[in-house]
Parts: sequence; C-alpha cells; structure tokens
Amino acid sequence: MIRTENLCKYFNGIKAVDDVTFSVQKGEIFGFLGPNGAGKTTTINVLCTLLRPTSGRAYVNDYDVTDDPNNVRKSIGLIFQEPSLDDRLTAEENLDFHGIIYDIPKDIREERKKELLEMVDLWDRRKDVVKTFSGGMKRRLEIARGLLHRPALLFLDEPTLGLDPQTRSHIWNYIHHLRDEQGITIFMTTHYMDEAENCDRIAIIDYGKIVALDTPEALKKLVGGDVITLKTIDDEKAVREIGERYHLHVRRDAKGIHLEIKNSEEFIPEFISSFSTKINSINLRRPTLDDVFLKLTGHEIRAEEASAREKMKQHMRMRGR
Amino acid sequence: MFWKAVYVICLRDIRRFFREKSQVIGSVARPALWLVIMGTGFNTIFRAQAGTADTYSQFLFPGIIGMTVLFTSVFSAVSVIWDRQFGFLREILVAPVSRTSIAVGKTLSGCLQSMIQGGIILGLSFLVDVHLTVVMIIQVFALIFLASFALSSLGLLIASRMESFEGFNLIMNFLVMPMFLLSGAFFPAQGLPMWIRSIVSINPLSYAVDALRGVILGVYEHTLATDILFMAGFAIIMTAAAVTAFNKEA
Repeated sequence: MIRTENLCKYFNGIKAVDDVTFSVQKGEIFGFLGPNGAGKTTTINVLCTLLRPTSGRAYVNDYDVTDDPNNVRKSIGLIFQEPSLDDRLTAEENLDFHGIIYDIPKDIREERKKELLEMVDLWDRRKDVVKTFSGGMKRRLEIARGLLHRPALLFLDEPTLGLDPQTRSHIWNYIHHLRDEQGITIFMTTHYMDEAENCDRIAIIDYGKIVALDTPEALKKLVGGDVITLKTIDDEKAVREIGERYHLHVRRDAKGIHLEIKNSEEFIPEFISSFSTKINSINLRRPTLDDVFLKLTGHEIRAEEASAREKMKQHMRMRGR
Repeated sequence: MFWKAVYVICLRDIRRFFREKSQVIGSVARPALWLVIMGTGFNTIFRAQAGTADTYSQFLFPGIIGMTVLFTSVFSAVSVIWDRQFGFLREILVAPVSRTSIAVGKTLSGCLQSMIQGGIILGLSFLVDVHLTVVMIIQVFALIFLASFALSSLGLLIASRMESFEGFNLIMNFLVMPMFLLSGAFFPAQGLPMWIRSIVSINPLSYAVDALRGVILGVYEHTLATDILFMAGFAIIMTAAAVTAFNKEA
C-alpha cells in the first residue's frame, strides 16, 4: 500500500526525514512512533502530496507521489493533527464540500453521510455549525469526512492528541472496526506509547531516521527481559554492587535504579536475600514501548516534547552540520 | 471535475458570506454611510465640472461601487491565508483536483461576492437620486465581474505567497488603501500633480471606476473600450500569475 525508498526531506539543510525506507501492507495498521519534531508529520505530508520529497521515492497505492499526485489523492483519506474543518459551516456542509470535491454522486453521498455521521455519533448535530463543537466532536467529524470517499488508505496524524481518554478509546474502536470490516489500511503517527501498541507494526523514528521497525511484541523483546526499578538507601553503592556481582548494565535517574533482567521471577528472591545494601522499594514490570524507545535512542520520548525542534537543531550541530 | 471544484469552492464562500449576519448588514451599512455622510458633507463645497454629476453624492456613487468591489475581491482572495492558518486549506489541497481549478474557483468566488455586494449598492441608488435602467444594471454587473476578476486574482497572487497574517497589514496599508484613494473614486485625477496621475493611470481600480461612472452618469475620462481593455489585460496577467503561484504549492 505504501512503499518508500530512501526518502529524504530537508528544510533549510535540516534533515526532517532522513533516508527512510519502509513498506506498509494492505489491511495493516502501521504506526510511526516518535517525539514531536522527529519527522512523523513531514513523512505524512510527503506521502499525501502536500510536500515534495527532496530525494528518494514514495509510492502510495502503487502511484508515485511526485509523478502522479492526483491518483494518490484519490486513494487516501486524511485526518490531520490540527483541525482542518471549516468551523463556520455545519457538520453536514463540511461533508458536502468533501463529497462534491471528491466527485461522489449525490445519492451515494447522502447515504454515506448518514451512515458515517451515525457511526461517529454526530447525526443529531449535523445541522450545527462546527464552531460549537468540542475538540472530540471535531475529531470525530474529521474521521467521518476522511472516510466519505472510501479511501483505500487512511492517514491519521496524532488522531487522539489532546482528547480525553474516553474519546481516545472510542476512536481506537472506530479504527479497528474500519480495518476489520472494510480492510482499510491505516498509517498513523503518535507519540503516545500506549497507543502505539494498537498497531500491527511500528516504526520508531527519531531525528528523521527509522531506528527500529517491527511488531510491538518483537520491539519489546529488544529490551533484555523485564524491567526492575530499585530504590535503596545508598544508590551509588548499590550500582557498584550490581555491577560487581551480576555484571549488569544499569541506568540511574530520579526514580531510582533501572535494570533489565531475563528471568526476573527467579532473580528477585535471590537478589533480595543476598543484596547487602538496604532496599527501600523494588518494582518489577513488563517492558513497554517507552523502554524500547529509551533503549534505542538513549533518551525518553516525553522529555522531548517541549522543545523537540530545538533539540533537533542541537543534534544537527553536534553532527557538524 | 474542474468545474465541480470551482462550484464547491464558490458554494462554500457564499454560504460563509450569508452565515455571518453582521457581514451582510455591514455590506449594506458601510456603503450607505459613505454615500450619506461623505456625499452630503461634500455636496456643499462640490462644484460640478462641466458635464459631470449634479451633486458630489452622484459623483461618488460609482466610486463606492468600485471601493466595494476592491475590498470584497481582496478580502475574498486573502481568506486563503485564513484557511491556511485554520487548516482548511489542507483539506482543499489534498483533494484530487487541480491547483488551477482551486485558483479559478477562488477568483470566481470573489467575483460572485462582489456582484452580490455591488447589487446591494445599486439598490441604494435612490439615496443619491441616480436613475438606473435595466441595460445600465446589466452593464454595471458585467463591469463588476471584470473588475473583480482582476482584483481577486491580484489578491490571490499575494495570498499564495503569504504564510501568516503578519503581512496582511502591509497589504492593507501599502496596496489596498492607496489603490482605493488613488482610483478617482473620490476626486478626478485630471489637474493633479504628475506623480499622483501616474499612479492613478496604472491602478486597475481607476479604470473600473471610470467605466462605472461612464455607464451610470455618462461621463468618461478614458473610453469604455480603453477601460475594458486595461482591466481585461490586467485580469489575464494576474490570473496567469496567480495560477502559476498556486501550482507551486506542492
């Protein structure tokens, strides 16, 4: 459904998308996971023909995004990160605009409009001006609009950004429903780790490069087993002791000492009974995508949010660009 | 597909226009105020030149139509910047229609809005004691269409180059206001210093006002043919430039 070959997009010498190659199969839910500024939205903008690639190739539904943008546009539906509705028009008028510009015959348009507005629970509000809608309602309306022309492929750029948990899980239900019922392919971006677990496959992207691409389960296996977080009365001494006794690589931060262990069930009892430094608390959990991201990039995803662009620039300077 | 895109872009703008009641009321109230206050105020010191209008209000009337066409056209085109800011432009740009159809749609939408607003002002002709025939009304609408086509495509050309609102004041102060003041809408250009006359002579709005004044009051500075030719030429060049600029938006 999507195929890219060495795709690059530079903005004034900054590599927003840097030599990205991947492919997405039909019917797949494919996620792009990374901090803000990592190049997720830029990649979507290239794939949906809003930006021209600097170099490399990208094919959507087997059409080249540079040479055949109109056929690409016919194949895709988009739900943008920021609302792209006309908020002075009613919900229905927004859908009508979309239906006419995508050349959907009137009778089919009316039928789908009803079906989709009912699906997103907005049929009763169809005559209301979008300005009066909440963020969640707007997002739902955008999803309905993006599906009106029955695209083979749906792009969702941070589809649940800034929405309450209830709406988020609602939207995820729609997305799974669409894939299961209509075989639609979904390409989405997110920086919520827990959301990325809904995807069939995930590409982790950082500073414009794909650092890993696999199923969520396989990615979690990249972390060496379960994650133990430890708090002791003397962390410094504890780190030294772990190093000497178990030859394990540990990581320290404000939350305590973190270590990755394969056979944690057997490790913990032995560890507690024989460890000489007094332990204040110990916590064991399965690895999450957060751990994967940290492992692969050396930094946490959430810390990046505030000034991802700045860090990106710094990173570029460090590389001597 | 081409004309469907043009149609739906116009439809949206017209719906938006009528949705804002304050905008509709303003579109009647503003020209009415100009005509009544400016017209009445200057009537007393206005001495009609041989063969021109009886009163200043009458002289001003075609100018007010020209003013409205200018503002409506430019604002309509510049709404592209709003759409860019509020995201709706992306909805248009990812649709499977050509950039040319989008640009033409926006230009024609400006023409439509100008004709609606111009029609409203024609309805105010009784305020200034101007009598219109059916033929005159048809001619006026044709001229409004042509003038608006030229001015909307100029606006679109500018809007396609602007990313945000910041440049908007610049356009208002250094383009729209001078075009408005130096168009012969308020005072005839003859007998003014050379530098003013030269600006007036390259201002497309001057030709629109001259043609409107000719049709409504029967007095021309140029001829109707010159006015139409200048506006048509300007419209063709600007539309070509605007379409090219729009096509560059990937």
